[in-house]
Amino acid sequence: MSEASDLEQRFEDKIAADERIEPKDWMPDAYRKNLIRQMSQHAHSEVIGMQPEGNWLTRAPTLERKSVLLAKIQDEAGHGLYLYSATETLGVTREELVAALHEGRAKYASIFNYPSLTWADIGAIGWLVDGAAIVNQISLQRTSYGPYARAMVRICKEESFHQRQGYQIMVRLAEGSEAQKQMAQDALNRWWWPSLMMFGPHDGESAHSAQSMLWKIKRMSNDDGRQKFVDQTVPQADIIDLTVPDPDLKWNEARGHYDFGEINWDEFMQVISGNGPCNRQRLGQHKKAHEEGAWVREAMAAYAKRKAETAHD
Amino acid sequence: MTNHGDIAEYALRLGDDALVHGQRLCEWCADAPFLEEDIAIANAGLDYLGRARMLLQYAGSILGRSEDELAFLRDAPEFRNLLIVELPRGDFAFATVCQYLLDEYELLFFEALTNSKDETLAAIAAKAIKEVRYHQRRSVEWMRRLGLGTEESNRRAQAALDELWGYVAEFFDADELETRVIADGVGVDRSALEVVWRDRVGDLLDEVELSLPGDEWQVSGGRSGVHTEHLGHMLGEMQFMQRAYPGLEW
Ligand SMILES: [Fe+2]
Ligand SMILES: [Fe+2]
Repeated sequence: MSEASDLEQRFEDKIAADERIEPKDWMPDAYRKNLIRQMSQHAHSEVIGMQPEGNWLTRAPTLERKSVLLAKIQDEAGHGLYLYSATETLGVTREELVAALHEGRAKYASIFNYPSLTWADIGAIGWLVDGAAIVNQISLQRTSYGPYARAMVRICKEESFHQRQGYQIMVRLAEGSEAQKQMAQDALNRWWWPSLMMFGPHDGESAHSAQSMLWKIKRMSNDDGRQKFVDQTVPQADIIDLTVPDPDLKWNEARGHYDFGEINWDEFMQVISGNGPCNRQRLGQHKKAHEEGAWVREAMAAYAKRKAETAHD
Repeated sequence: MTNHGDIAEYALRLGDDALVHGQRLCEWCADAPFLEEDIAIANAGLDYLGRARMLLQYAGSILGRSEDELAFLRDAPEFRNLLIVELPRGDFAFATVCQYLLDEYELLFFEALTNSKDETLAAIAAKAIKEVRYHQRRSVEWMRRLGLGTEESNRRAQAALDELWGYVAEFFDADELETRVIADGVGVDRSALEVVWRDRVGDLLDEVELSLPGDEWQVSGGRSGVHTEHLGHMLGEMQFMQRAYPGLEW
């Protein structure tokens, strides 16, 4: 047996035995590339996701809501940081990952390309977007790459607070005035379908899914995740008397799951290919902050250098 | 015995400083020069919002108003914050120098307030001082990076300092109400902090190669409700929900 195929065999055995692959282990190039793509996309999503929520930070209706929202957004920045660090263990730098985002070579969750238009959107984002993210992230705690799996364990601990703060906002609105109820319903109407889209295309049509499942990078199929999310979220909408905007939504006794309507895949394709309502705004803001911060990063580096030099003298 | 109205007003002033500064820090969300700074600024923002809430709750408990009524239903002339915290957030140099000047002031102020005869204010100060020590260590480090980093960072920091210096005299001004609460051992004599503050700030500016601006231009008025034009715009944004949907629970 050649050395290369020996290494490959050891890698395959580890995957088969549900053992974790660690940064120093040999791994196929395609596995490494696939992970860098998925993990950096995940990191960028945490960071870009700060924007639609940050949009309401300065207008939050109470001081308590403002503090909770700020803490939540800070968590998301922290998630971005863990994930960039975990991705860097694969031999790329954060600068390279950010450059790939700015040049359109890396993606982020396309849900953040929708606008947050009212305070209720902050409720809907926590409830639905974090709710959908949790389903995905729980399964990723068992992903085959060690640093990614460990980042997910840390992140999942914080995510349930995010989902809860969002749902609590919705509960309060649903108990409130007509205008508040309407605001909540309107937010659900706008965020429901994009949340289902977060799970990606149907299993048969997903570009990276099959290989990712074989390598155990992904541990749950897109359609299974989506079903799980629908099943857990519809009863939460029922409790607060909000209507899920899907005429085909119906409990299926035989399956023990909700049946639901077909996603508008044209819209999905439009948004992931850069034509959603806020794609340009989100990327533009990230670039602007990065460019405006260039002199700050330069100053920091120059000062560190100066300090190191004087320490040597 | 200190008049309860005086204590409420005193707490309100300090609460407004924290609230308005915290609101400005919120404007940095997703706009910091790098991700670690997003986290650090949010951290400071949370400290200020937490402090604002404690102080407004305390003032409100005397005035019979909730923290949210005080934050969202007063107009600009009723706000009592120092002007320096309401200035537009500016670039990272402006925000850093502003934070540094404020940190050195708050370090002295809250240290002294821990000795207040008012137990609630003393307890709030005891919590605040721990946060302020941390903020000050951070802002000193940033002053070094900006002052000693590059020509551009030094130039930006100097420009920010020249602009902000007009607002520092207000740190040390006392009016009649403050004179009364100082006499009762409840409030802090801020004029007594000025010499130490100027020494410390002067030493650091020297170290980081920034020059001390002159004192010829000085603006004040925040404590009596005479603000800059900027506060009204900030409140327009901050108070939007409570103004557009009066009397609702959120
Ligand atoms: Fe997150
Ligand atoms: Fe989250």
